[in-house]
Amino acid sequence: MTTVKAVAATGQLGTGFKTESLAAAAEGADFIACDAGSTDPGPHYLGSGATQSSEQAVHSDLSRILPIAVEHGIPVLVGSAGTAGGRPHVERTAAIVATIAQEQGLHFPFATIDTELAPEVVADAFRAGRLKPLYNAPELTVEEIMGTSRIVAMAGPEPYEEALRQGAQVVLGGRSSDTSLYVAVPHMRGIPMGVAYHAAKILECGAASSILRHYPDSMAAVLDENGFTIEPPNPDFACSPQSVAAHTLYENSDPFLLVEPGGTMDSSEAVYEAVSDRAVRVTNSKYTPADTYTVRLEAATLRGYRTVVVAGVRDPLLLMQMDDYIASATDRVTKKVKDSLGLEATDYRMRWLVYGQSGAMGALEPNPVIEGHEVGVVIDIVAVDQKTANAISSIAWHTTLHHPIKQYHGLISSLAFPFSPPSLEAGPVYEFSINHVLELDDPLGMGTITVTEL
Amino acid sequence: MAELWEVAKLIRSKNASPWELTIDIMFDNQADYERAAGSFLARDTTYADIYHLDTSQIRVFKHPMALALKVSMPRPAPAGGLGETDVFGGQFHSPLVHLDIDDPTLFAV
Repeated sequence: MTTVKAVAATGQLGTGFKTESLAAAAEGADFIACDAGSTDPGPHYLGSGATQSSEQAVHSDLSRILPIAVEHGIPVLVGSAGTAGGRPHVERTAAIVATIAQEQGLHFPFATIDTELAPEVVADAFRAGRLKPLYNAPELTVEEIMGTSRIVAMAGPEPYEEALRQGAQVVLGGRSSDTSLYVAVPHMRGIPMGVAYHAAKILECGAASSILRHYPDSMAAVLDENGFTIEPPNPDFACSPQSVAAHTLYENSDPFLLVEPGGTMDSSEAVYEAVSDRAVRVTNSKYTPADTYTVRLEAATLRGYRTVVVAGVRDPLLLMQMDDYIASATDRVTKKVKDSLGLEATDYRMRWLVYGQSGAMGALEPNPVIEGHEVGVVIDIVAVDQKTANAISSIAWHTTLHHPIKQYHGLISSLAFPFSPPSLEAGPVYEFSINHVLELDDPLGMGTITVTEL
Repeated sequence: MAELWEVAKLIRSKNASPWELTIDIMFDNQADYERAAGSFLARDTTYADIYHLDTSQIRVFKHPMALALKVSMPRPAPAGGLGETDVFGGQFHSPLVHLDIDDPTLFAV
């Protein structure tokens, strides 16, 4: 019977793992994979090209993954490089791989997969009716597509398989479905897609499917034609049938169906059995191929530049009228911005976040009342450029600082600023702007594979 | 009576992509799971009420193998946009924590 041993170095590249865990997992392994991306921290990374994990942290993880893989002669697959998986993210991570190879004297064929798409290409596909909206997707127009700052497509396993077929040992991909890294090798070896995708979903978060994940660490599973057995390599961790089953819930809107580029994995009838007090056997995962192969698109669009003001309010007379105070101060600020800068209220966005009232939940806060002895406020200003946002914020904080209340007669100072200057430049602001799939005739119809020798 | 946090082992919310929010309510034994699965916590009307949405926008899943209830709904706006208050969506479950899961009058339909 064909078996494939799959190893996750950790749930997200740059968050770390125990070297002993990965070394133990790599014994008899067929490949090591690691996801490096997420949309969780928001659109900033895709829009700006920045990476959430520091270069030092990514270097630290890769400098331990690569020699273990080279020692065992097995592939390494890293996907969604640099948080957002755009071209600058792949290039920066590829440079770290090259640095490590040089530092450690490692040699291997190295592939990168570029999954960034030019707006023109996406606009053409949109015109041709090849973009289909996903749930809660925004209305798209050609103008909106052309105005995006960056668009990436989420690769499935096929480009990874192709890179391995071209001889690569280390594959670094742009934006990819988290599972694709873990499906590529099992799929090439003939493991059924239901087994491969279910195992991939459990593996891609590293040790997160353990009963208690004390810290980020490695995970391993052995796949065969009927199912897979998952067991953490770290003796301090253990999996139970419930902990593995529960992991299908994580950051998924449907706990049973996993929609992937080439089909859908259905775990609703999966059977989870304890093999030992640490290992779990999972069988009966189903997979239905899709009629059309699709890749999900992600895009970020620049919406302006942000400046924020952080302050505390402690005076009980202010706190008992906070909503009215903010409304009247905003009114005064709006007039001053118009007088001084010639800007209408529609030319920029200003909002107040009131922590201690509704800061975390906003309009969805069921209890938007101030019950404590102080609140924290953030005045959030977004304007067409940084200079304008700064100019508005200076007016906003200074005007509000001395905005009167009727109980006091004379000049007051209502905001306690922890910082000087009271305003902080927060830079460009992006929004996610596409939530569609792109139909492809060929799974390799996007993603540029480049193989080099390191 | 018992508040949800006293019965559940984990109550959490998170983005499921930038466009959806999902809430997981997890238990460590069958009896507690079934107590919750038979309560207002398993009804879409409860979440429509709390999160100002239509019931057609709410999906409630029962996952007996995981001893968990899962509730998914659209985000008010894509994560991290101009009006964001919670980029990861990690605090949206908060109104559930103190609910008395044995109170038949709560979110009665």
